[in-house]
Amino acid sequence: MARDDKLRQTPSQTVGPYFAYGLTPEQYGYDYKQLVGNNLSAGDIAGERIAIRGQVFDGNGDTVRDAVLELWQADSQGRYAHPEDERGSNTGFAGFGRVGTGTLAEHFYEFQTIKPGAIGDGQAPHITVVVFMRGLLNHVYTRIYFSDEAAANDGDPVLAQIDPARRNTLIAQRQDGPDDADGADGAIYRFDIHMQGDQETVFFDA
Amino acid sequence: MSSQAGYTPRDWGSHPPYLSPEYKSTPLRAPGKPLVVLPQSLSERTGPVYGQNAVGPLDHDLTKIAATTGEPNGERIIVAGQVTDEAGRGVPHILLEVWQPNAAGRYQHADDQHDAPLDPNFLGAGRCVTDAEGRYRFITIKPGAYPWGNHYNAWRPNHIHFSLFGPSILTRLVTQMYFPGDPLLELDPIFNGVPEASRQLLVSKLSIELSEPEWALGYEFNIVLRGRAATPLED
Ligand SMILES: [Fe+2]
Repeated sequence: MARDDKLRQTPSQTVGPYFAYGLTPEQYGYDYKQLVGNNLSAGDIAGERIAIRGQVFDGNGDTVRDAVLELWQADSQGRYAHPEDERGSNTGFAGFGRVGTGTLAEHFYEFQTIKPGAIGDGQAPHITVVVFMRGLLNHVYTRIYFSDEAAANDGDPVLAQIDPARRNTLIAQRQDGPDDADGADGAIYRFDIHMQGDQETVFFDA
Repeated sequence: MSSQAGYTPRDWGSHPPYLSPEYKSTPLRAPGKPLVVLPQSLSERTGPVYGQNAVGPLDHDLTKIAATTGEPNGERIIVAGQVTDEAGRGVPHILLEVWQPNAAGRYQHADDQHDAPLDPNFLGAGRCVTDAEGRYRFITIKPGAYPWGNHYNAWRPNHIHFSLFGPSILTRLVTQMYFPGDPLLELDPIFNGVPEASRQLLVSKLSIELSEPEWALGYEFNIVLRGRAATPLED
């Protein structure tokens, strides 16, 4: 089919400030069941339980209180719960989470999940992050890598193509602490997202 | 990283630029540096999977799902269409989520201080899964226009927010559906952020075929997601 015969992609628009009852109703206290929330590891899921938390900052360095973040990740064995991964995920792990930044103090977000395994193609363990907010007309993609996977990160082909001065914007910093009250029985990783400025997070076009 | 066919790129000739200064929230939130091109590995070619069991029997009917004492106020409408890829092939069994203000232009949200009444019978959220041909259908109330703080006397045109998945995380789309003939469209910086040639893709069409006699007008809104690239991507 010639290029001109193709249908044009429907344009993206901002998620706006009022997504809460559509996308994250239970988190924001609405009486409407949500399909997905910030706990990816509820139930009997194999793997190391971790928490990932952080803040989103705008170009003034102010925290963004109306962003919504989505995670997409492999299970502890590096397998995706999706038909294109022919190995299949056999741990009961769906691998998808969603949270808004409007319900915790200082506009933190937090996910409970399990640490993904390497998928086996040379990439270090990582999580895909999708970010939406008022003022963002197209969502952005970024990735979370893990600070305690230094050797794997050194061999990662995606990190290798990024300006070394910006690589650390993709690396969540492990903060071993006391068992916290949020259901994570292990490490907490800190991952902030900066939309602009010297520390601007690397965003991808895939 | 793989020889499987990936997805066509985001068409930046159809999507709005991140920095659209007339929309005054973009200058502090648009990425400042160019996006880094990412090869499409298994991480990109996969994505969350939802089936028909993800949605309840009333989730597609916004006039019923939150009704407590009766019918919501406003003009009942049907919104339906087909989700396809760029080659026109239906995208089956994917999740759509929608949210909107009520007929008076008020969102049931703490941040919405517009002096217009809430409706005890209307929340404004719904969801459905496309059928085997990629078709979907919602029943709702025509949303009202509402003021916002972008500039003096700024009003958003009537719109419904849509969120879609598609077969991979790369086909994720959040957008807004507008209504035909709305005179506020030409004044709206969010709508006008879209390149002119693609703006009409966001405007639904009145459809007598979708309308139900003596009951509700129908609006058709077809949605095009990124499709499979014709040839396997090089790594
Ligand atoms: Fe809106």
